[in-house]
Amino acid sequence: MRLEARSEVSRGALLLAPLAAILFTFLICALLVAWAGAPVGRTYALLLDGAFGSRFAIAETLTRATPLILTGLAAAVAFRARLYNIGAEGQLYVGALAAVAVGGLHGGTGFDLAPQLLFPLMLLAGALAGALLLLGPAWLKLKLGVDEVVTSLLLNFVALLAVSMMLDGPMKDPLAMGWPQSVAIMPELEFAKLLERTRVHSGLLLALGLSVLMWLVERFTTFGFALRAVGANARGAAFAGLPVQRTVLCCALISGALAGLAGVGEVAGRAGYVTLDMSPGYGYAGIVIAMLAGLHPLGVVLAACFVAAVLVGADSMSRVVGVPNYIADVIVATALLAMLVAALLTRYRLRWGRA
Amino acid sequence: MMDFLTTLADMLASVPFWIATLRIATPLIFGTLGVLVCERSGVLNLGIEGIMVAGAFTGWLAVFHGADLWTGVLVAALTGALCGLLHAMLTVWLGVSQHVAGLGITLLASSLASFAYRVSFPKVSTPPTIEPFAPLTALQGIPLIGPVLAAQTALSMLALLLVPLLAWIIYRTPAGLALRMVGESPAAAEGQGLDVVRVRTLAIILGSMLMGVAGAFLTLSAFNAFFFNMVNGRGWICVALVVFASWRPGKALLGALLFAAFDAAQLRLQQAGGILPYQVYLMLPYLLSIAALVFMARRAAYPQALMKPYRKGER
Repeated sequence: MRLEARSEVSRGALLLAPLAAILFTFLICALLVAWAGAPVGRTYALLLDGAFGSRFAIAETLTRATPLILTGLAAAVAFRARLYNIGAEGQLYVGALAAVAVGGLHGGTGFDLAPQLLFPLMLLAGALAGALLLLGPAWLKLKLGVDEVVTSLLLNFVALLAVSMMLDGPMKDPLAMGWPQSVAIMPELEFAKLLERTRVHSGLLLALGLSVLMWLVERFTTFGFALRAVGANARGAAFAGLPVQRTVLCCALISGALAGLAGVGEVAGRAGYVTLDMSPGYGYAGIVIAMLAGLHPLGVVLAACFVAAVLVGADSMSRVVGVPNYIADVIVATALLAMLVAALLTRYRLRWGRA
Repeated sequence: MMDFLTTLADMLASVPFWIATLRIATPLIFGTLGVLVCERSGVLNLGIEGIMVAGAFTGWLAVFHGADLWTGVLVAALTGALCGLLHAMLTVWLGVSQHVAGLGITLLASSLASFAYRVSFPKVSTPPTIEPFAPLTALQGIPLIGPVLAAQTALSMLALLLVPLLAWIIYRTPAGLALRMVGESPAAAEGQGLDVVRVRTLAIILGSMLMGVAGAFLTLSAFNAFFFNMVNGRGWICVALVVFASWRPGKALLGALLFAAFDAAQLRLQQAGGILPYQVYLMLPYLLSIAALVFMARRAAYPQALMKPYRKGER
C-alpha cells in the first residue's frame, strides 16, 4: 500500500470528508451498541430524538454547544498556526475562576463597582486568565523548543487543582453545606436567557459572533495571513519576513482567551458559580470539533452542534435503553480518528501494490 | 532550618519512604520505557494516557473473570499492542499528525474502557475487587535494600529488569540499531535496506505493550480494583520523563525514581499537615514535569526524525 499525492484538492471532497467520517463513526459504534444489548436502530433514533426531538431538546443541545463552539475555536485558531493547544480544559477553568473573582467576590473582598462596569471586566478577566495560561507553553515552545502539547496538558491538571484550592479557600461558598462550589456571581452579571423556560443563554450569541469574527480575521487581515503562513511553513514565513514569533504568541493569546471565555460563559450563563465537574471535557472535545471543522471558524459552529447533540442525545438515550452514556465519548473520539483519515484522503490517494 | 534538615534526613533513612518511592516509580518506569521505544523510532505516542487506562481495565477484567495475574498482565500488554497497531496505522502507514492521532487514541481508549466497564458492571456502586500480586517477602534477606524490595511485587522487579534489557537491545543488537536508525534518519535506514514502516510499526506496538503493562500495574499490584480516574496524568508525566532522560533507558529509570521520590516526599509532607493547602502538594508532580522539560530543553538530544512522517520518495 502506498499514498499518492492528489494534484488538486477538490472542494467537494473537503465538504464530504467530515460527513463520511461521521457516517463511519456511527457504523463502528453500532457494534458497541449491539454489544451492550440494545437495538441499534432504536438507540440511534432515541439519540437523535434526545438531541433535536423537542423544543427542550434543541435548547439543551444549543446550551451544550455554547462552550464547545468557544473551545473548538480555541483549538482551531491555534492548530492553524501549528500551535497544539491541548490545554483548553485548564484555560476554561481559570477563565471561570477569574469570572467569579471579578463578579462574585463582591461585598467584603471584591470590587465595589457598578454592574455595567463589572460585566465587561468579568469577560476581560476570564479571557485574560485563559490567555495567560497558554502564554507560558507558547513562550517555552518558541524560546526553548519545549513541546507545547505536554506542557499545556500538564497545566490542565494544575488548573483543576487550583480550582479545587479556591473552592476550599477564598472562593468557597459558605452556604453550600460543604459542597465544593464557589460563591455565585452577582445576579446582575448573569447572561440573559434567550428562550423562555430553557437554559439557552446569550453566551451563544457571543460564541456565534466570535466565530464570525475569527473567520473575518483569518480571511481578511494581515494577521490572519501571517497565521496561515506560519502554520503552512514557519521557516518559509520567517524567510519572507513575517514575524513568526509574534504571530504565534498572538495566536496563543487569542486561543487561550477563547477557551477562557468558554469558562466565563459556563459561569455567567448556566450555574452562576464554579464547580469541579463544571466541564465534562469541553476542552478536549474542542480539539475534535476543530478537526471535524477542518479548522474553519464557521465550520466549528456546525461541528460543535454535532458534538453537543451527541452528548445531550446520549444522556437522554441512556435513560431509556441500557447503553451507558459513555458511548458519547466513544463516538466523539472515533469521529476524531475517522476525520484524521478522511482529511488525509482528500489530499492523498491510496494505491495498492508497489510503485 | 536544622529542623527541616533532620526531618529530611529521617525521611531519606526510612524504609517506608523508599518502599513508596519504588511503588510510585514502577508504572512510570514501564510507561517511560514504552514512550522511549516509540520515540526512538521517530514516532510520538500520546496515546499512552489512554493505553494505560485500557491496560488497567482489561488486565483487571481478565483477572476478575478468573484468569491468573500473569495472564492479566499479558492481556493488558495485548490491549496495548492493539492500540499501538492502530497508532502505527494512522501515523506510520498514513502519516497523519502524530499529536492529534495520539490524543485521539487516548480519548478512544479511555472512553472505551469506561464504556466497557459500565456495560460489564451496570449496577455496582463500589468497584469489585481482585486479589492483587503479593509482595516478594523472600527478598527480605538481601542486605541493605532487602526490606525495600520485599515490600514490592513481581511487576516492580520486572520493571527494574527491563531497564538493562532494553538498554542492551537498543545499544547492542541489530534490532536496536535498526530502531535508532529509523528514528534518526529514515532515508538512510531505507538505503541500508531496512523497511522503515515495518521497524516503526513494531516499535510502536512494543512500546504500547509496555504502556499497557504500566496501566495493569495500577489495578493488579498498586490497587485491587479499577477506577475511572486512576491513571490521572501519569501517562503525560512519562512523556515528559523521556525528554528528561534524553531517550536513554538508564536515565529513564533514574528520572522515574527521582520523580517518584519527590512524589513520595510530597505525600509525606501532606500527611504531616503542611502549612499549604493539600492541592499545592498535588500540583508538584505536574509542575516538576514541566520544570524537567524546561531544564532539559537546551540539551535534549531529540531523535532527529521525531514527529516527521516518512513517505518513500517524498521530502
